[in-house]
Amino acid sequence: MIASSSSQKSSIRNDKTSKVQRIQDGAFLVVSQLSALVVLIVLLGIIISLIINALPALKEFGVGFFFSADWDVNKQKFGGLISIYGTLVSSFIALIIATPLSFGIALFLTEICPIRLRRPLGIAVELLAAVPSIIYGMFGLFVFAPFFAEHIEPALSSTLGKLPYIGVLFSGAPNGIGMLCAGLILALMILPFIAAVMRDVFDIVPPVLKESAYGLGCTTWEVARHIILPYTKAGVVGGIMLGLGRALGETMAVTFVIGNAQRILPSLFAPGSSIASTLANQFGEAEPGLHFSSLFALGLALFVITVTILSLAKLMLKQMEKKQGTKS
Amino acid sequence: MAIKLDIKTDEKSNFTASRLNSSTNALEIRDLNFYYGGYHALKNISFDIAHRQVTAFIGPSGCGKSTLLRTLNRMYDLYPNQVATGEINFHGENILNPKQDLNLLRSRIGMVFQKPTPFPMSIYENIAFGVRLYEKLSKAEMDDRVEWALSKAAIWTEVKDKLNQSGLSLSGGQQQRLCIARVIANKPDILLLDEPTSALDPISTGKIEELIHHLKEEYTIAIVTHNMQQAARCSDFTAYMYLGELIEFGITDEIFIKPQRKETEDYITGRFG
Repeated sequence: MIASSSSQKSSIRNDKTSKVQRIQDGAFLVVSQLSALVVLIVLLGIIISLIINALPALKEFGVGFFFSADWDVNKQKFGGLISIYGTLVSSFIALIIATPLSFGIALFLTEICPIRLRRPLGIAVELLAAVPSIIYGMFGLFVFAPFFAEHIEPALSSTLGKLPYIGVLFSGAPNGIGMLCAGLILALMILPFIAAVMRDVFDIVPPVLKESAYGLGCTTWEVARHIILPYTKAGVVGGIMLGLGRALGETMAVTFVIGNAQRILPSLFAPGSSIASTLANQFGEAEPGLHFSSLFALGLALFVITVTILSLAKLMLKQMEKKQGTKS
Repeated sequence: MAIKLDIKTDEKSNFTASRLNSSTNALEIRDLNFYYGGYHALKNISFDIAHRQVTAFIGPSGCGKSTLLRTLNRMYDLYPNQVATGEINFHGENILNPKQDLNLLRSRIGMVFQKPTPFPMSIYENIAFGVRLYEKLSKAEMDDRVEWALSKAAIWTEVKDKLNQSGLSLSGGQQQRLCIARVIANKPDILLLDEPTSALDPISTGKIEELIHHLKEEYTIAIVTHNMQQAARCSDFTAYMYLGELIEFGITDEIFIKPQRKETEDYITGRFG
């Protein structure tokens, strides 16, 4: 009798606590789901508003908008090719320069650098990332571009410019300001991101794996090339993509040094435009209508390019994993 | 690149030739001291590692037996603040000499670690990788060398149908034999085994011990082990170390049956350590 009443009591108390717990748990579930939902709503909202605003231009010019190199505000003729080309080329130049440099920096910091210098050098690289992009723009315009026009570009055109096929890339008047300069400034800007990611992934390679490669008689370069790089390739590609993502969307610094000319010239010395620089330059004065809508269409193009490149990177990684056989 | 490879191959074959008429000691260790920064990890170690015999290093954790092994191929050189003094003679050359070509040295004194460390590449490439560093072989010769090394390590029958799969897809015991095969493929003079079975199950351990038994016909082997039965089973000589000092060194049977020193007896009978 006594035993049964006490068990009744405890079961009542259990009911109460479990009820409170159920409510807490339910509330927590709802809150966390809502937080996740916010991200989706914002993303969807951006895509929808981009599409709605871009629609008039896309209706007027069709898909041809993305392949047409006309951009004439007076005649109300718009096409995105110039800006898309500028974005892709300047980012590509940036990657070509920044990737090997970052690899060298990361390798030096993790494998070769004396321990005492590791921290200060690492912090210096990270500080590069903390410099505001407007500073890079000013630096590019007032220091880099003149130096480029006077020394680098004449040197390039008298050497690489003489080669068949690729010579045309390095021909023309050395302005300083242009595609090459934009690519170089972008390279400086994305360098710390790629280098920091590479350094972090190189650091997680198990020492014993490196030791067993050294134990076979490998040199540091052979260990880096055949052991560290394959072991960390997912992280390395991730770091490069992070840098590329930034390069594609970078606005301020590029606007300063790319020259903002609405045309496509084969020479890398020539001024051009990127999507971001066109948007930054023209949104202020664009009147509602085709011009305004065309700018939104450019924004949509930038969005699509970024998403496509990220997806391609993911796909490439999957293929690499398959080839290596870890997942089979 | 090709020229550099040829030189390395030549040097290697010269060494191999000189091995034939050298004395019965593969390594002669004299007054070896080792420091991790300010910490004195090895104190005046002197003994010989006999040619084509198995020498086991035993002792409690932290006694310096792995450190000793790592001085034999100068693996410690990868890290700053680690210094060795004294002499380790290998074919009449002191390998502690700062001018020693470390890559060449390490290709001739191979090392296998406690944890299996297959490289992130296929099984075939795991073997071929090390060989390619020092020798230029045709595809057919390389195929032969890979098969030879895998057979020597007693793993050929298990992997011959999946040479293109990742080395990481193998079980722990197979991975460890792959690592041994990888070292053997380089045709080293000496094999250093750093607790090669401590991460493995009993069956894999048995296979590796059997392998050690076969390998000593052609290689000098130095093995660090925590397992005293293992030392008794597969070694010819045993070195007992404690707190960085070599307490006793001798023929394994004598050490285990009739140790000269009280400390050794306490350790191997399990009263200590």
